[in-house]
Amino acid sequence: MNDASAAMTRKKPSKGGAHGLDLSSLDRERRELNLANEEIALRVRDLDLYYGEKQALDKVNMDIPRQRVTAYIGPSGCGKSTLLRCFNRMNDLVDGARIEGRIELDGHNIYDRKVNVPQLRRRVGMVFQKPNPFPKSIYENVAYGLRLQGVDSRRVLDESVEQALRGAALWGEVKDRLHDNALGLSGGQQQRLVIARCIAIEPEVLLLDEPASALDPISTLKIEELIYELKEKYTIVIVTHNMQQAARVSDYTAFMLLGELIEFGDTDTLFTNPAHKQTEDYITGRYG
Amino acid sequence: MENKSYGQHISQQYNEELEDVRNRVLAMGGLVEQQLADAVTALVDGNVELGEQVITLDYQVNAFEVSIDEECSRILARRQPAASDLRLVVAVIKTITDLERIGDQAERVGRMSLRLAQGDTGHAHYTEIKHLGDHVRQMLHDALDALARMDPEAAVKVAREDIKVDKEYESLMRQLITYMMEDPRTITRVLDIMWSARALERVGDHARNICEYIIYLVMGKDVRHTSLERMEQEARGKR
Repeated sequence: MNDASAAMTRKKPSKGGAHGLDLSSLDRERRELNLANEEIALRVRDLDLYYGEKQALDKVNMDIPRQRVTAYIGPSGCGKSTLLRCFNRMNDLVDGARIEGRIELDGHNIYDRKVNVPQLRRRVGMVFQKPNPFPKSIYENVAYGLRLQGVDSRRVLDESVEQALRGAALWGEVKDRLHDNALGLSGGQQQRLVIARCIAIEPEVLLLDEPASALDPISTLKIEELIYELKEKYTIVIVTHNMQQAARVSDYTAFMLLGELIEFGDTDTLFTNPAHKQTEDYITGRYG
Repeated sequence: MENKSYGQHISQQYNEELEDVRNRVLAMGGLVEQQLADAVTALVDGNVELGEQVITLDYQVNAFEVSIDEECSRILARRQPAASDLRLVVAVIKTITDLERIGDQAERVGRMSLRLAQGDTGHAHYTEIKHLGDHVRQMLHDALDALARMDPEAAVKVAREDIKVDKEYESLMRQLITYMMEDPRTITRVLDIMWSARALERVGDHARNICEYIIYLVMGKDVRHTSLERMEQEARGKR
């Protein structure tokens, strides 16, 4: 062994690698994201859902990782919004909807009879396609949930409202007109206001149902940037028709078809080398 | 990937764009293959005219590379391809780089053929290089064939040939060194032949690269800089 190769061998175990560069990212077996290493926020087990006679979800099983963005994609009517609504029991409000199986939030079945549904919905917030601010001031919109919880200290409310609006990347745009009517905001601002309202009560999970589909491209990008920031604190589940959006914002992607979960995995793999032909056909825009 | 065509997109226009890019790569490959075959013939036969033709052909190959690259950027920007479509575009961008390099090597052999034709007319050392040339030309041909048929197992077969080519090149080198030692007056000429052999050996490497892109394209697995065994495993893979 000559000197050069001896030096190479000696250097190899050192953490820094050659020239002090971190070479761990060059390991091609390494996956940045791996479901097996994630902490799980929501567990879906053998979930069936029927609207009357019609089965809308068919034996869905999946684990949604904590503090990650999980996206659902699939054609209209594939059950992705239905599944999203299961996570905070919104389907309870639909006549004739019947659910079998279980969904666990932190190990507890949310469909257990003892569960307090309003409390569940505080832990699992939801944002819809069309922004739905209340016809109140910007401030009151964000303070609404806290007031419902019985918070009435001006100081606490002020602080929480500011924090929530900052969290939703809206503070800078509205701080001088907090008492203006929320309906005077643009669509993109309204959507961020709704997100602020959601995070003001500090939920664990945020469900986003097509949050940007009614917005212009710039507002869409702002929402996407916001999603990226929010995953620091929250588990985010998003349903989107826009596949590029799912590819941009999510860590994990689930593809659904006719009520079944076809494929669920890390977004990079799903969009470059999906395992199922149906997924491939859908994301490449082929008719299957 | 049972279906080996790029059809079946909801957008007919998109089908045509991908199909077009694929056809143009194969056309470029055909052109390079011709250029390589002519270069070897020009060298072996001392055919000056053919040698010059090889050099001129390189402009066309370069133009192909530029236009296919452009088309790929356009598809990336406008269609945001995913999955196998994305892999096709990525594989095409890489393939044309290697094809262009093969073109450059053929051009190099063409230039050598002109220089050698100016010298004496002894063709004693050309049989071995003809063999090497035919070998790599066949490799390129098979690689393009595997690309056209999207056949990863055929691609592995071609890659395996590269090992033989390398051995052939080494033994040719030893032989040429012997010639130079026996008769130093041949050194200038034999050096030119050596450069040509070196160029042909490089063609084999580029053909192997193309085979690696085929496996990436069809199987979604990156097998660059891995062993031949690994390549075989991935080529047989899941689909």
